Order: sequence, then C-alpha cells, then structure tokens
Amino acid sequence: MLGSGRAMASGSETVERVFRQERGRILATLIRLVGDIDLAQESLASALEAALVQWPAEGTPENPRAWLIRTARNKAVDRLRRGALFEEKRAALELETALASPAAPDVEEPVDDRLRLIFTCCHPALAVEAQVALTLRTLGGLETEQIARAFLVPVATMAQRLVRAKAKIRQAGIPYRVPEPDEMPARLDAVLAVIYLIFNEGYAASSGAALVRRETCEEAIRLGRLLVELMPAAAEARALLALMLLQDARRDARVDPDGEIILLEEQDRARWDRGAIEEGLSLIDGTLRAAFPGPYALQAAIAGVHAQSARAEETDWIQIVGLYTLLGELHPSPVVSLNHAVAIAMATGPAEGLRRIEALAASGALADYHLLPAARADLLRRLGRFSEAAAAYRQALALAGNQSDRRFLQRRLIEVGGAVPPN
Amino acid sequence: MQYMLLIYGNEEGMKTATPGDREAMFKAYGEFTASIVKSGNMKAGDALQPTSTATTVRVRDGKTLTTDGPFAETKEQLGGYYLVEAKDLDEASKIAARIPGARVGSIEVRPVMAMPADYPRPKA
Repeated sequence: MLGSGRAMASGSETVERVFRQERGRILATLIRLVGDIDLAQESLASALEAALVQWPAEGTPENPRAWLIRTARNKAVDRLRRGALFEEKRAALELETALASPAAPDVEEPVDDRLRLIFTCCHPALAVEAQVALTLRTLGGLETEQIARAFLVPVATMAQRLVRAKAKIRQAGIPYRVPEPDEMPARLDAVLAVIYLIFNEGYAASSGAALVRRETCEEAIRLGRLLVELMPAAAEARALLALMLLQDARRDARVDPDGEIILLEEQDRARWDRGAIEEGLSLIDGTLRAAFPGPYALQAAIAGVHAQSARAEETDWIQIVGLYTLLGELHPSPVVSLNHAVAIAMATGPAEGLRRIEALAASGALADYHLLPAARADLLRRLGRFSEAAAAYRQALALAGNQSDRRFLQRRLIEVGGAVPPN
Repeated sequence: MQYMLLIYGNEEGMKTATPGDREAMFKAYGEFTASIVKSGNMKAGDALQPTSTATTVRVRDGKTLTTDGPFAETKEQLGGYYLVEAKDLDEASKIAARIPGARVGSIEVRPVMAMPADYPRPKA
C-alpha cells in the first residue's frame, strides 16, 4: 500500500511537470493535428485527466508528450463523433480520414508548432486585443482569469473575446502556418508588437496589483525568449527580448515602498538586476552594426546606455541623442520625437529641448499624452520659469490617469510653487 | 474554402471619373478577372448597377413593403463582388488586394458558410 501510494504521488507529479513544461508545445501540435484551437484545448484537458488516472497506476509512458498528444487526438475524434452539429460530424469524418491516410500528419515535425501558433494568434485579421489574449492563453501559461486581471476587464468579457477570436480563426480560415518569406517582415512585426504590448501592460500599467504586473512582464519576457528560440536568425526578436530585459532590470528600483515612481536619474542603481542587464546587452551585441537597425534594436541600445552608466551623471547623453536621431530617421513617431527632445535637453541644455517640444506640441501630435506637457514642465522648471512650469504641470495632471503619475506631478507642481487643483 | 469578396467604393467618386479613368478601370478589372480565371480561383463575379437603381423589399406581417434605395446609406457602397475558391484567408486576402477597386475603396472578405451536401443548389 505504501509503495503504491508513493508511486501514485510521483506519477501525478510527473503529469504536472510534463504539463507545465510542455503544455504550449503539446497544444500547438494538437491544434495542427485536429485543426481547431477549442477542440485541441478541450481534448488536451481530457487527455490530462486520463494521464492523472493511468500514469500513477500503469507507470509513466516512455515519451509522455507523445502519449498526451496521441490520447488527446483520439479524444478529439470521439468528441467530434458525439457532436450533434452537421459541421462536427463532417469534421470528425475528415479528421478520421486524415489520420488513417498514409500521409497522416506526424506528431513530430521539423517546424516547431509553437511558431505556427504564434503567427496564427497574432494574425492581422484578428483585433489586437484578441491577438494579445489568444497569445497569452495558448502560448503563455495564463488562464482566462489571469489575463482578464492583467488587462483590467471582467472575466466574462475576456472569455467572450477568446471565444470570438477562436471562432473567427475557424470560420474565416485563418491559416495555421509560418508566413512565407515575402510576408514575414510584416507578420513578425505584428508578433513583436503583441509581445511588447503585453510587457508594457505589466511595466507601465495604469493600475493593478504589483504582483499581477510582475507576472505580466515575466510572461512577456518568456514569450520573447520563446520567439528567440524559435527564430534565432530574427535580429528584432533578439532586440525586443533585450529591450524588455533591460527595462525589467530596473523594476525593483523604479518604485519606492509606497508605490511612488522614482525617476531614472534618482534610482538606486545598485538595485538594478545585473544579470538581466548582462543578458540584455549580450543579445544586442553587434546589432547596431546592421545597415538599418530596427526600432527595437535602437530602443534596446538606448536602454543599454542607461544600464551601463554607474551613476545618472555619467550617462552618455551624446550617444543617446545619436541613437534617437537614427530612430527618428528610420522609424519616426511623435513619441520618438518627444524622447529625442528630452535627450537633447539632457545633452546640451533645456532651451533646445524645450524649443523642440513646443514645436511638437504646436503640430498637434500627442495632444492627449500627459508626458508631453510633463516633459515641457520639467524643462521650464530647470530654466527657472516656474509659473509657466506650474501651468504645464496642471495640463499634464489634467491628462494623467495613473495615480502614481498624478502624485508625482502634484509633488512637482508644489515644488515650483503652484497650487494643486482639486481632483 | 469559398470566400465572397465584396467590393465597396464611393459611387460619387465614380461619377466624376473621366472617360479615360473609366476605361483604365475597366481594363484593369478585365486583366484581374482573367488572372483569377486562369489560376482557377474564380467561381463567380459581377459588377452591380449603382445604388440609385436599388430597391429594398421587406415583408412585415405578411405585407410586402417596397421602397426606393439601398437598405442603408453608407459612405462606400457595394459595387460588385467576386466569389473565389482559396485555401485559406491569406490566399483570399492576397486575391482581394489585387482587385483594382482595393486601391480606391475597400474589399470585405467573407467566408462562405459550408452547407450539407443535400442542401438544394442549382445544377452547375
């Protein structure tokens, strides 16, 4: 009795371990074999239940992953056979025919199925929020509840979003394949954008518990690592992972124990995660020698300059200005222009930075972005033009949604002698 | 799979087109259509008369209501369609992007619902 009890414990532990480590890969292969995400998820859950019963009793199979895939595939056929809908019956027949044919798809394939899955989840025919949700639910290890919490929407809304996205993939015939070389640049950009969006949701979240934010960043970094593993030749995938690691390295130093924001120049750099910084820097080593470095490579290089400055005063602002100049030429955006102006202010004094920010504001760009008046206010403050600074801080306050951003702006407003407006 | 490619465009813009523009458009459509006939993707396709010729019919409580005009006023109007066979949405989207009207209007790509084999349909 004792012996079998121990065997049972170790059997179910094996199931859990295999599942934790291999869930994404198993699911990705199953989706290819059964042709549907929902069906794959449901039949994988059934296969897991079967494993929890059989492995402790009969021993762990030699290849647990292949066992789970085979069992789930058979469960999928059963499920379709029992289905009442015409479409299900037809699908069951098609699936059985496909599996019985000599050209039956293999459990193992040269292309990692997770690569197919990531491109399907981030297909441009899906809304961006659906891309994010699907990527986290299928390739990330997150449950619907966790994703809903990270994105501050009700669980029912997130569940509905996932259901709709999966139905669209099925009904509209969104393919399950790695894009052709001619489509690859645009499609890879979409995948990178989804991963960075997930990271930023965790990093710059406008609210939410610290633990949830941390989980979200970790999940984004995990997805970034997966993409680098699957596409080792993609320089921008490596650069995105580097950028996330270099930003995440500052996580512990960027808020004080009360949750207040600490600016980059005031952070205790001893609290930066050196391991993450080293890894991030090694990932972008040499990428700037490319003729046209991508946007993530340039942003990672900028984060890298900060990471390598032992003290804020030692920051090589001239180099940062150079990187922003290149970023602005190759991949222009109003946010890049704003950051470029701030870097110029740091490198050569606030007056030139202020001139650029005011030109940007006059163009009407970033009219709803609180960091534009906040940056302008900061430069006015540095120039000693306190009443103008106060007015700009009030403008920024009117636009800022995040509580810790608001408190920071209120502190600065008081510093320049302005009265804090009522909320 | 079969996809319906619905071609939407601004009819007002069409009215102001010069005869040269129209001729060029007609030629571009002819070439595009020939290419998808050749590739075997084309199942059907037609251009429609403008919405000024449209009539909307509704039956309510057994009574037929007939009114002049399209069912809804929109900025871009349905001007034609292609029904194509494509292996997936990517192939259908690539075909849609080659429709001359995509450069001035929009193409809505809609999968056709699969029906049972015994569902009534005309003889091919």
